[in-house]
Amino acid sequence: MKDFDIFVLPFNTGLYFILIYCVVRCVIWFRQLSRADKLRLQRGFFGRAFGQSLKEIFMESLIHRRILKSKPVLGYMHMSLAFGWFLLILFGTIEADIFGAKHLNPPYRAIFFRFFNPDHGTTGLTRIWSFWMDLLLAFILSGLLLAVIKRFIPGVVGMKKTTRHKPADRIALTALWLIFPSRLLAESFTCGAHGSGSFLTGTTGAWLASFLPAETLAYPFWWLYSLSLGVFFILLPVTRYMHIPTELFLIFMRNSGISTGDKTGTFSEVQIHSCSSCGMCIDACQMNFVTGIRYMQPVYLHRSIRNDEDITEIAHDCLMCGRCEEVCPVGIEISAVRMIQRRNKTGEPLVKNNWMGYFRNRNNVGSEKSDTGQVYNLRNGREVKQADVIYFAGCMTHLTPGIKEAMMKIFRASGEKVWFMDEEGGACCGRPLMLAGNDREARELINYNSEIIRKSGAKTLVTSCPICYNVFRDSYYLEAEVMHHTEYLKHLIDDGNLRFNYSGRKVVYHDPCELGRIAGIYDAPREVLSWVADLHEIPEREEKGLCCGGSLGNLILNPSKKAAIASDAVKRLTRNNPEMIVTSCPLCKKTFSQVSHVKVSDIAEVTADEIAAVQVRKPRRPASVSLKVMVKQLLE
Amino acid sequence: MNSMVDVLVIGGGVAGMEAAGQLARSGYSVILAEKEPLTGGHLKNWYHLFPDRRDGNEVGEYLDNLVKNKNIEIRNNTCITGITGRKGKFTATASDGQVVEAEAVIVATGFDLFDSRRKEEYGYGIYPNVITSADLEKMFRNGSVKLADGGVPARIGFIHCVGSRDEKVGNLYCSKLCCITAVKQAMEVHEKISGVKTFCFYMDMRMGGAYYEEIYREAQEKYGVSFIRGKVSEVSQGYNGRLVIKAEDTLAGRPLRMELDMVVLMAGMEMSDAGEILAGKSSLRRGENRFFSTADNHTASNRSNMKGVFYAGTCTAPMNITESISHARAAVTEVVSYLREKKQRDE
Amino acid sequence: MNKFGFTLSVPRVIDYDKNDRSVADLIAAKEPTFRLCIECGTCAATCTAGNFTDFSLREINVLLRRGENEAAAEKINRCMLCGKCILVCPRGVNTRNVLFIARETLSKTNGHERL
Ligand code: SF4
Ligand code: SF4
Ligand code: SF4
Ligand code: SF4
Ligand code: SF4
Repeated sequence: MKDFDIFVLPFNTGLYFILIYCVVRCVIWFRQLSRADKLRLQRGFFGRAFGQSLKEIFMESLIHRRILKSKPVLGYMHMSLAFGWFLLILFGTIEADIFGAKHLNPPYRAIFFRFFNPDHGTTGLTRIWSFWMDLLLAFILSGLLLAVIKRFIPGVVGMKKTTRHKPADRIALTALWLIFPSRLLAESFTCGAHGSGSFLTGTTGAWLASFLPAETLAYPFWWLYSLSLGVFFILLPVTRYMHIPTELFLIFMRNSGISTGDKTGTFSEVQIHSCSSCGMCIDACQMNFVTGIRYMQPVYLHRSIRNDEDITEIAHDCLMCGRCEEVCPVGIEISAVRMIQRRNKTGEPLVKNNWMGYFRNRNNVGSEKSDTGQVYNLRNGREVKQADVIYFAGCMTHLTPGIKEAMMKIFRASGEKVWFMDEEGGACCGRPLMLAGNDREARELINYNSEIIRKSGAKTLVTSCPICYNVFRDSYYLEAEVMHHTEYLKHLIDDGNLRFNYSGRKVVYHDPCELGRIAGIYDAPREVLSWVADLHEIPEREEKGLCCGGSLGNLILNPSKKAAIASDAVKRLTRNNPEMIVTSCPLCKKTFSQVSHVKVSDIAEVTADEIAAVQVRKPRRPASVSLKVMVKQLLE
Repeated sequence: MNSMVDVLVIGGGVAGMEAAGQLARSGYSVILAEKEPLTGGHLKNWYHLFPDRRDGNEVGEYLDNLVKNKNIEIRNNTCITGITGRKGKFTATASDGQVVEAEAVIVATGFDLFDSRRKEEYGYGIYPNVITSADLEKMFRNGSVKLADGGVPARIGFIHCVGSRDEKVGNLYCSKLCCITAVKQAMEVHEKISGVKTFCFYMDMRMGGAYYEEIYREAQEKYGVSFIRGKVSEVSQGYNGRLVIKAEDTLAGRPLRMELDMVVLMAGMEMSDAGEILAGKSSLRRGENRFFSTADNHTASNRSNMKGVFYAGTCTAPMNITESISHARAAVTEVVSYLREKKQRDE
Repeated sequence: MNKFGFTLSVPRVIDYDKNDRSVADLIAAKEPTFRLCIECGTCAATCTAGNFTDFSLREINVLLRRGENEAAAEKINRCMLCGKCILVCPRGVNTRNVLFIARETLSKTNGHERL
C-alpha cells in the first residue's frame, strides 16, 4: 500500500495556502478593529457568544436555514454543497483514521482515501461506512446538479435572476464544479478496477470497468480531483467564494456585539466579503421586480466594492427601503454598508485591492477636508413658545395639509398644550442630507432644530413624518421623548384621553419603510387603526412591507420610475378591494395618491374623523396619570 | 326597449345637442342619450361665457330649441356603457339594460372637471375657502360671492393649471380654457364685490382665442387684476383663519407669501368617466392624454378607429364652446356622407 | 471670463456665446429630466432652504442653462435635499439629482472645493 503519490501535491499546496491565508487575514482584520471592538470580540470568543456563534454557523453556514425557509430548492442546493461537503470531510477523516494504515493522517489521506485504500469497504462495518460515504457524495452531487441548472435556468430554484461573474470567479466556479464529478469518476474507476465501492461508486465503477480500462483511467481523474481542489483553494481569496471562510468570522464578530458603525473598517469589510452572491436581495428589491433596474442591489454593490470599481452611482441609486436586508441570509447590515459608501465624497474607493486582490488596504487619499464654514448660516431669530408637547410636522407634511389639520384636531381633543414648531415652515430635520451622505451639513440643521426644541421646554416631541422621527430619535440629543404620531395616538388611547367611533370601513395598512423596517414600529398603528376601522392585512406587511417608491433615500431614480413602483405597490395593497389605503407617512401618502384610484389617508386623518364626542374610558395607566385624566374630566 | 334609428348620439352636452339637432334638421332620426336627468352638460353650471361674457343660458336656450325636434328622441338617465357591431349596424347598451340600435354613432361624452382634491397641497376639501372655478360659477349664478362663514372676501387668488400641465397627476396637456376663465372670473368678481383685490398665479398666459388677449388687457386696465408669474406650491391656513399661499415670483426671482381670503383653483379638463367606461367596453382607442384618439389630427378629427362611429367635442381634447359646436357640426357632415354612401352601397 | 469673479462687478449681459454651457449639457446627459424645466418656480416656492436663504432651484436651473456657472456654484450648496421640490414639480424634473450632479460637477470645475 502506498503512502504518498505525487498527484496530491496540488491539493496539499492549496490547502496549506488557504489555511495560512485565512489565519493571516483574520489577524490583519483583528488588528484593524477599534479597541472597543477588539475587547468585544475577545469577550465574545471566550464567553457565551461562542456557543451562540457555533450554533449559528451550523444553522446558517451549513444548513442554510434562512434560505431553506424562504426558497426551499435554493436552500437545498446551498445545504447539500456546504453541509454535504462538511460531512464528507468529517466522515472521510474519521474513515481514514479508523480504517487507514495509521492514525492521525495528513489531510490528503482522508480526501483521497479510496486511492490509498482501493480495496476498502467490502466487508462488515466498512461496507456500511462505504455506503454512507457514497450517500454523502450523492447528496452533494444532487446539489451540484441544481447549481448547474440554476446557472442556465434560474427560475427552477425559485430565483428570478442570477448574478453575473468576473473571470476569476468563473475559473473558481469551474474548479468547484469539477471537484465532485472528478471525485466520483476517480473513485468509481478505482472501485471498478478493485471490485469495491458501494451503491454509487461501486455500481458506476463496475459499469465503467465493463468497457473501459478502469485501472489506467483512474489515475488521471485522481489528478483532476486534486487539481480542482488546489485551484479552488488558491483562487478562493480573490473570488466570491471567500464568503465561505469570512462568514464564520462575521458570525463571531456579530455575536460579540460588533456593528457596522459609520466608517469603513474591519466589520464592513468582512460583511462585504461575506456576501455569498446568493441573489436573494435582487428578488426582494422593488427596483428590480418593478422597474427592471438591476445593477445597484447589494450583491452588485458588494462585488463592485471588492473589485475597486466606481460605485458612486450604485451607492446612491437605492431606495434605502431595507427590504433586501430583511431577506439577506448572511445577515449583512446592508444599509449601513451602503451609507458608508455614500459618505465617501472622494470619488475613490475607500479600500483598495493589493497583491492582486489577495489583500486590501485602506485607501488614504483625500479624506474629506474639514471645511469649517457654515453652509446654511441659519439664524436663531425665531420666536420659541413654551409647551408640553411640541409638534414638528416635517417638510413633507406641508404638502399634505390633510394630515396637518387632522393632527390639530387630535391635539385639540387631547387637551394638551401643544406648540406647532414648523407651522410656517421650518428647517429640514437633516435626515435627507444624512441619507445622501452629507453628515456635516445635516449637523447644522440638527443643531439649529435642537436649540429650538430645547428652548421650548417640551417633554414630548411629536412628528408626523417617520423620516424626521428616525433622525430625531437617533441623531439628536434631546431631552424630550420623540414620538411618531402613531405612537402618540396609541398613548392618548392608552391613557384614556381619546376615544373613537368605530367606522367599520374596510382598510388596508401600508407600513412605511421608515416607520416599519427602520424604526421598528409595527404594532402601534395597527392597534390604533383597529379602534376605528376594519383592518385587512396583505402578505406584504411589516418586515415584508413595500416601499412606496417615493423614498428620499434615492437621489437618482426619476419620477416616472418612482410612480411605477408606487402603482405596483398600490395594486398589491388593493388586491382585496379595500375602501381605503391607510399609511402613516406624508411621503407615502403623497406618492400613492398620485397613482391610486383608491383613497389614500394617513392614520391621523382616519382617526381624527372618528374622535368621539364623549371622552370617557376607564384609564389603564398608573394612578398618577388617571388622576390627571379625572381632573381633566371634572373640569370639562 | 329595442329601437333602430339612423344615429345614436352619446352625451347630451354642447357637442351632443348640437350634433343631434343638426342631424334632425337634415331629416335623420336620432336618439340622444344623456346620463344625467337633464341635457346641457357643463354649460348648465356656467354663468357667463368668455370672451364676451354673455349669459351662458342664451347658448343653453339655443341648444334646447335645437333639440326640440320630432326626429330626436331624448333619453335622459341613460348612460351608454358599450358599443358593438360594425358597418352600419351598431348595438349600444346602457347601464340600465336598455339597448339602442343605430346605423351610425356619435360619441360626445365630453369631459369631467379634474378632481381638485387630488392636489392635496392646495387644500381643496380641507380649507372651506379653497374653491374651484366651477364652485365660483355656481356662486355667480346664485348671485353672490361669499366666504364659508358668510363674509365678503377682500382678496382672491386664482391658481392656474390645477390638474393640467402637471406630470404629478398624469395630465401633461393644457386644458386651454382655464387661463381665459380665470381672467373672466377675476373681472366678474370685481363686478360683484367692489374694492376686491384679485391675483392670478400663472405659468404661462395662454390667450389664444379670438378676443382673449383683449379681455386680458381689459382685466388689467379696468379692474386692476394682478398677474403673478409663478405656480403656487401650497396653500395653508394661518392663525387668523386666512389662507396663506406660497409661490415664487419668478420674474422678481424671490419667494412670495401672500394672505388671501379665498383661493380659486382653475381645475382642468379630463377624459370623462363615462368616456372611460365606454372606451373600456368597446374597441375605441384612446391617446396618451386618455381622451379618445381621432383617426387623423388634421383631416379626420371626427373619425374614430371604428368605421361608423364618430366623435364630437371635448371627448377628443379640451375645447371651448365655439370649438365644440364647430366640431359637432363637422361630425354631422361626416355622418351624413357616411350614411349616404352606405345607402348607395345597399341599393 | 471676469477674473475677479462675481464679487467685484457682475457683468450685466449674459454672454451666451462665450459662456460655458457644458455643465448644463453634462447634467442633461446624466439626468434628462433637467431639460424639462419650464421655470415655473413651484420648486422655489415650496423650498425649505428658500425659507432661510437666497436659494431658488429654478434660478439655479436657468443659470446653469445659460452657462452662468459661477453664479450657480455660489448658491448651489444651500439645498437641504428635503425633497419637497420633487413632489411639486409639474414637469417631473428629478430635482434632487439635478442638484446632486450639479454640485459634484461644479465643485470639480469651478474651484469651489467641497471635497
Ligand atoms: S447581500 Fe445578502 S442577499 Fe444579497 S447576495 Fe449577498 S448574501 Fe445574498
Ligand atoms: S434597500 Fe431597497 S431599493 Fe435598495 S437594494 Fe435593498 S431592496 Fe433594493
Ligand atoms: S389654459 Fe392656462 S390655466 Fe389652463 S392648463 Fe393651459 S396654461 Fe394652465
Ligand atoms: S418646479 Fe420643476 S419645472 Fe418648475 S421651476 Fe422647478 S424644476 Fe423647473
Ligand atoms: S430638496 Fe433642496 S431645492 Fe428641493 S425643496 Fe428641499 S431644499 Fe429646496
